Parts: sequence; C-alpha cells; structure tokens
Amino acid sequence: MTVTPNGFDLDNSGRRIVVDPVTRIEGHMRCEVNVDDEGVIRNAVSTGTMWRGLEVILKGRDPRDAWAFTERICGVCTGTHALTSVRAVEDALGITIPENANSIRNIMQLNLQIHDHIVHFYHLHALDWVNPVNALRADPKATSELQQTVGPNHPLSSPGYFRDVQNRLKKFVESGQLGLFKNGYWDNPAYLLPPEADLMATTHYLEALDLQKEIVKVHTIFGGKNPHPNWLVGGVPCPINMDGVGSVGAINMERLNMVSSIIDKCIEFNRNVYLPDVVAIGGFYKNWLYGGGLSGQAVLAYGDIPENPNDFSAEQLHLPRGAIINGNLEEVHDVDQRDPEQIQEFVDHSWYTYGEPGKGLHPWDGVTDPQYELGPNAKGTRTDIKELDEAAKYSWIKAPRWNGHAMEVGPLARYVVGYAKGHEDIKSQVEGLLRTMDLPVSALFSTLGRTAARALESEYCGRLQKHFFDKLVQTIKNGDSTTANIEKWDPSTWPKEAKGVGATEAPRGALGHWIKIKDGRIENYQCVVPTTWNGSPRDTAGNIGAFEASLMNTPMERPEEPVEILRTLHSFDPCLACSTHVMAPDGAEMARVKVR
Amino acid sequence: MSQIETFYDVMRRQGITRRSFMKYCSLTAAALGLGPAYVPKIAHAMETKPRTPVIWVHGLECTCCSESFIRSAHPLAKDVVLSMISLDYDDTLMAAAGHQAEAALEDTIEKYKGNYILAVEGNPPLNEDGMYCIVGGKPFVDQLRHAAKDAKAIISWGACASYGCVQAAAPNPTQATPVHKVITDKPIIKVPGCPPIAEVMTGVITYMLTFDRLPQLDRQGRPQMFYSQRIHDKCYRRPHFDAGQFVEAWDDENARKGYCLYKMGCKGPTTYNACSTVRWNEGVSFPIQSGHGCIGCSEDGFWDAGSFYDRVTDLTQFGVEANADRIGMATAGVVGAGVAAHAAASILVSAQRKAQSKKSQSEEA
Repeated sequence: MTVTPNGFDLDNSGRRIVVDPVTRIEGHMRCEVNVDDEGVIRNAVSTGTMWRGLEVILKGRDPRDAWAFTERICGVCTGTHALTSVRAVEDALGITIPENANSIRNIMQLNLQIHDHIVHFYHLHALDWVNPVNALRADPKATSELQQTVGPNHPLSSPGYFRDVQNRLKKFVESGQLGLFKNGYWDNPAYLLPPEADLMATTHYLEALDLQKEIVKVHTIFGGKNPHPNWLVGGVPCPINMDGVGSVGAINMERLNMVSSIIDKCIEFNRNVYLPDVVAIGGFYKNWLYGGGLSGQAVLAYGDIPENPNDFSAEQLHLPRGAIINGNLEEVHDVDQRDPEQIQEFVDHSWYTYGEPGKGLHPWDGVTDPQYELGPNAKGTRTDIKELDEAAKYSWIKAPRWNGHAMEVGPLARYVVGYAKGHEDIKSQVEGLLRTMDLPVSALFSTLGRTAARALESEYCGRLQKHFFDKLVQTIKNGDSTTANIEKWDPSTWPKEAKGVGATEAPRGALGHWIKIKDGRIENYQCVVPTTWNGSPRDTAGNIGAFEASLMNTPMERPEEPVEILRTLHSFDPCLACSTHVMAPDGAEMARVKVR
Repeated sequence: MSQIETFYDVMRRQGITRRSFMKYCSLTAAALGLGPAYVPKIAHAMETKPRTPVIWVHGLECTCCSESFIRSAHPLAKDVVLSMISLDYDDTLMAAAGHQAEAALEDTIEKYKGNYILAVEGNPPLNEDGMYCIVGGKPFVDQLRHAAKDAKAIISWGACASYGCVQAAAPNPTQATPVHKVITDKPIIKVPGCPPIAEVMTGVITYMLTFDRLPQLDRQGRPQMFYSQRIHDKCYRRPHFDAGQFVEAWDDENARKGYCLYKMGCKGPTTYNACSTVRWNEGVSFPIQSGHGCIGCSEDGFWDAGSFYDRVTDLTQFGVEANADRIGMATAGVVGAGVAAHAAASILVSAQRKAQSKKSQSEEA
C-alpha cells in the first residue's frame, strides 16, 4: 500500500480488471483497476492509447493556417482548438479583433459548449445511468405523468408519444439485432431507474439526436460547415451586410433570424429537457456519490467568453478563471499561462523522455521525444498488452501540473471555481439545484456533480449565447459591421520573432496553445488540453491524475462489468485525440516500417 | 440469414406507415439524385433486403466523421441506426466496453462472415509496431486487418482513412497510413473530406443498401455521384470569378458583396466535392458562402499543398467538362495554357506568379 502525495491510498494487491477499449469517448483509452475482495476499487490506472504528432507537423508552417491543423485535433469539440489557436497567434503578433468578431466567436464557442454537453449527456453518458431495455417495462401513461412533473413545458409529453417510442424500441429489441445496445450491462444492479424514467430518458436520447444537428447550424452560418467550421486570424471570415448589394451572400437578417431561432431552441431544450432529466435521473442516484476524485481539492480553469474583445482579464470573463488547491475553497489563485513555474508537464510515467528524470517543462519550452516501453512488471508483450506496469511508463498522455499539483479541469472545475469566487450566475444555479435535489454542497464533488455541473453550464451558456447575439445586433445597429482586422494579415508586418499563448474553456476544460513564431513561420507549437490534465498518468512525485483519483474507492456491483468505471470516466467526457498528440520539436522522423 | 428482417419489416414493425415508408423512399431517391422512376425500385429493395450489419472501427482520427454522420438530416441518424443498418460495433457510440465490446465485434464477424460492411474512421499508424494506436492492448492495424478479412466491402470515411489527413501531413511522424495501403484485397469506397458531408455519408450507405452494389467509383475510388465535379464548377460565386470580381482583403466591400474568394486562397477550383451543391448541415451554407475559401479538405495531401491562403496555381483548365480522372492525369507542365485562355487571364496569371513565389517560399521553410 502506498499513499500518494495528493492523499490517495493505492493498493494493487487485489484482482486486476482491464477495460480496453473504453467506449463512448472520443479517441482511444484504456483503464485498469485493482479491486479488493469486496469489489471496491483500490488502485486505478488510466492510459491514453493513441498518439498523432500534430505539433511537429505544425513546425515551419504559416501561423495563419494553424487553426485548421489544430481544429483537427478534435472533431467533437470542433472549433475550440481553432479559437485557441487564432488567439495564440493574435497574442503573439499583437493583433486585436473587432467587437463583432468577439461576439460571433463567443456565440460559436458557446454553441459548441451547448452542443457538446447535450451530445455528451445523451449519447455518450446516458447509458451509464439509463437502461433502454428496462424502458420496455414502462407504463407510457406513468411516463407521461413523470414528464409533465419534471419538465411541464416540454411539448412532447403525451402517453401516446411515449407509447410510440416504446413500441419502436420494443420491435428493435425483439429483432434480436441490438446494434449499439449489444452486450450492454442491462441486468446489472448498478442501474437504478424505474422503467418510466428509463423510457423518458431513452426518448430524449432520440430527441437530442435530432436536435443536435440543428444546434450546430450556428457554426454553419458563421463558419460554413460543422464539424470543423472556418476561422480567421484577426476576426471571423463571415462578412456582415445587412441591406447593401449582395447581402444575401453575407450575414444578413435571414441569417441572424436563423441563429436567433436556434439560440431559443437551445435555451428551451436546456430548461425543459436536459436540466429536468439530470435532476430526475440524479434523484434516483443521489446516494451514489462516488467519483469525486480531485474535484474537492484541486481544480483549474482558464476562464473564457470575454465580454469585450481583446480583454482577457479575469473579471471580464463570463466563464471563471482560477485555481483551487489543497481543498481550500476560501482561496482562489489566479492563473498565468505565461509563468514558466505554474504550468509544467512531466513525462516520467508517459511514453516520452526528457533525457533526465523528474524534469518538468513549460509548454513554450516543451520537448517531446517518444519512448514507448513497458515496465518490468507489465504482462503480455509490447504489441499485446495484458496488464500495464504503472510504476514505469504507461500512457501516451503527459502529466501536466499546476505549481506541482495534479488538477481536475472541466465543467465541474469551472463551477467549483465560480462558486468559490462568488460568481453570481453560477452560485445561484448551484444553490438552486442543490436545494431542488435536497443535497449538501459536498455532493457536488462527485461523478453526479460533474454531470450536473455540465447541465447547469449548458443552461448558462444558452443565456450567454443570447446575450452575445443581442450585442452583435446592437453593434450592427450602431453602424459597425466590421468583422476582421487585417492590419497585420501580411507576414511582412510581423516581428522577426514572437511568442504567444491562447486559452479557452473547451467543453472538457482548460485548453491552452503556446506558439513561437520566427521569420513568419511556426517555430514551436504546444497544446495542453483538458484531457491531458484529467487523464494524466502519475507524475514524478507519485500524484495520481484526475481520472485515476475519481475511480478510487468506488464499489463495483460486478467487477467484470465496468458500469461504474464507465460512469465515472464518462463524467469527464474524455477526449483522447485531444490529449495525446504531442511530438518532438526537432521533428525527427522515426524509422519507417514496411506496410505489411 | 433468415433471422434477419428486411428494412420494410423493421420500419413497419416500428410503427412507420406504408405511406411514410414510400415518402422515405422518394426522399432517398431525391437525395441520391435519382428520378421518381426509382422510387418503386428503392421500395422493392427495402422490402426484400435484410438489415446489413456494420462494424465501424476507429484509428488515428478526431471523430469528426462520426460527428458529421449524426448530423444527417435525410435520412436521420436515428433512423439509420435503428432501422436501416445494424451498427453492431462502434466504439464511439456503443454501450458495451472492454471485453464485452470485443465480444460484440467477434460475434458480428463470425455471424455475418462476408456480409457485413466495415466502416473505417481514421487510419492505422505503422511506426512503433503500430502501437501509436492501441485497441484492446494491441495495434489498431491488427483490428483493422481482422475486421477487414471477412467484410463484404470497406468504406473509408473521411480524409484520414482515404488519404491519411492531418496526422499524415509532413513529416508524418507516426507513419499514419490510409486504409487502401494496408488492405489490398477488398473493395474500398473512399468518402473523403474533413469530415465528409453528412448526407453524402448516409447517401453512400443508403445507395449500397438500396441497390446492393457499390456506387460508381472514379479512378481514385470515390463515389462519382458526389465527387466527380469541382466545388468551383457549381459554386454560386462562379459568375464573379468569370467576371473578374474578387475579394481583395478580408471583410472588404467585395467580401460583403459576396465576390469570388479565389484571391484569398480558395481551393474550390481544385477540389472535388459536393459542398457547393449539397451544402452543409441540411443545406444551410458551405465554407465559401460563409466567407472563407475552401481549404480543399477532400483532396489527397491537402495539408501539404501550401498555405490555405496561397492562391491555387495548379489550375489545369476551367471548363466544367473536365472530370476528376482527366484532371488527375494531367501533368503540371500544361498548367499555363489552360489558365491563359480563360477570360480572367491577366488577373490569374499575375495571381499565379505571386502564389508560385509564395509556394516556393513555403517549400523552403
């Protein structure tokens, strides 16, 4: 038994359970745990199992192109890397953006938050709480009553409606071809919902699938497509032309009306369906308050959604910035991404080497030299891993630390920081939810708290989206239709050398890009992304990361069926393509192997 | 195979009326660009064919293809998944994980040998013995080969599976390799784009299910119905190109008027895709309509073709009659003549010179 510096008792003597692939996430991930005789998790090992090398690919390229490359880090949180990238380039080159560009970027970023949170909850996470097979036993009339109790303003609530969905579900299950539901854990006692709640939530799974394709049309209008809309250093690419010649090809009244109607749809769904579902489902699981991990002791947020363009001071950001350590909510530290001491990445347990052990590097000076090797106690072979050796290197994810602390990032981290800072909207949302559910503040620090914070944030982002839409319209009304600043578009106007940092709050948490520009080209580019923080392996000192911490001490109903592991890991909304893409700055190509 | 129901059975059993079913068939026909005469044919196919199992695997990628797929408006993603195919393995969406997920894969391969479609999103990295992408403790390339062995056909979703995409951009550190270079003994349909358009994705699947054959493919293996013409050929801003009316700077008067984005680096003239016709997200817009040039994301190697803001220099010819195969075979040597002959010749030639000097700079860098 070892006690980690961040206070977790690790015991790897019990039975080892391996989950690979972890599904319903973005990218590739593996998880191993040891359970004791009672089936309680006493050791957790989280591994990023993919690596793409995007940063070396960026070297030598035009900084104005970087948004498109980095956007392809992730197609789920599509656009957030692009926004972070254009901010990093603008920061390096001293480019300011116009008011309208700030409003449009905020609308797009908020739109992503809402889309991502809804898709995450219904399509990636719900099946950890909701049993669609059990929904077959529901009474449609009782389901209708439940719907009208928890979400009385949602129009789709009649018994006939639920009966139709149930029939469709019934035929699907009876066909014997269960598709995505195949081999699920449908008789596992970890599922606690009554059939009516299962039917209501499964119905909303389908409704949300229809709705999500509507939400993203905001990206399509401003960025031309989704996934992967287009962005621009210095502003946004879409011009505004309300009533001049050619306005049908630009942002005009018709386009604004479409954006506005989608914003309203988001607000309605959040209020009438998403939040009520979380409250209803959460009510049945309110005694299952495992999975807190680091959330009560060490959380980090960079903040985002600047009220005014080019002003990233903490008090001007609608999503809060700050760091909390040692569980002290009384003190919220400010965060400076430029400070070489604050953010550092370690690789002692990652499949990279710095040449010397124990070293941490700030991203501007980031070095990543891959070194894939299994530890002496690993089982299997290097191309057929049975069990990993966490005392050695065991993940393609690095271990970022804030002043040496392993941190949790994401919606719950933002909400803990916001709550601790007395952020009015966040505080009233959190207090309202806890009151409704009759839970203490401590209940926040759990898997359920993470899931609830995401829903609250989606609701808050809906209101913010409306705020920036109104601001956009007001600015245009005042006679300003500018969307781009091209003063420094031409590389000949740039300094010989420059460096910058861009920060955002991606749906999954704090996201930073660090860029160095030399002679008009990218000299170095580093990203430290949310899942690098959350999915981090152990560091030199032995601190475990947020995923690992969150799994500790959770009892499993049936250790061979990883329902509880999935539930807690999914509550972070892991994004593995994001987390595991770093590459050596020297750009050396590794040996080629023959296509077999 | 008798235990497998037909589409029609399933749709009817799921409460869909005959009338809705026929409506669905005519929408499908329209989506595929087929006339009303095809509606009964589609209906017949759906009434008699079993639901085809689909195994959807993920290599090095960003999941934008899956995200695009669920954006499909016609048919809706939920109808595809519940009523048209049986998505028996897809690690992004499936309920089961770990051993139970792997068992679902094995079970499907075993039960439907030679009768399932393998959809591949992303690609296998071959460096480091394939361990830059690990699934179930083993290299992804092993899973890919294993699932490909008994597949009826393979769909390479998106730029990653078709060409390698961003992780294969120079210097391709992981040796990310497109599917057709690893699997050489199966029919492969490339559906490029980063990501492909949602309705193109579901259109390709629906076509295969409906007609029980692969769509007509071009020389590169792309469905001709969606990839045989350049974005430029059908771009609504094309008249401005022909008239020599160009956006000269971001957000200038010409940008607000919706002039051609050629000078801002638009790759529409060299990109084969359906963006200017099908458009994106239920036809709401496409990149050029929203003011940014096309970045050419459905073309092989588009990441290494210079900056997205460099002007296109390898215009072979401007007529809409040129098809993908002819363009593909044209050599760099004939570039000049076709351009010079065009109405906008002078503007283009100077543009070309500038862009070429830019391009050589970028090659040095």
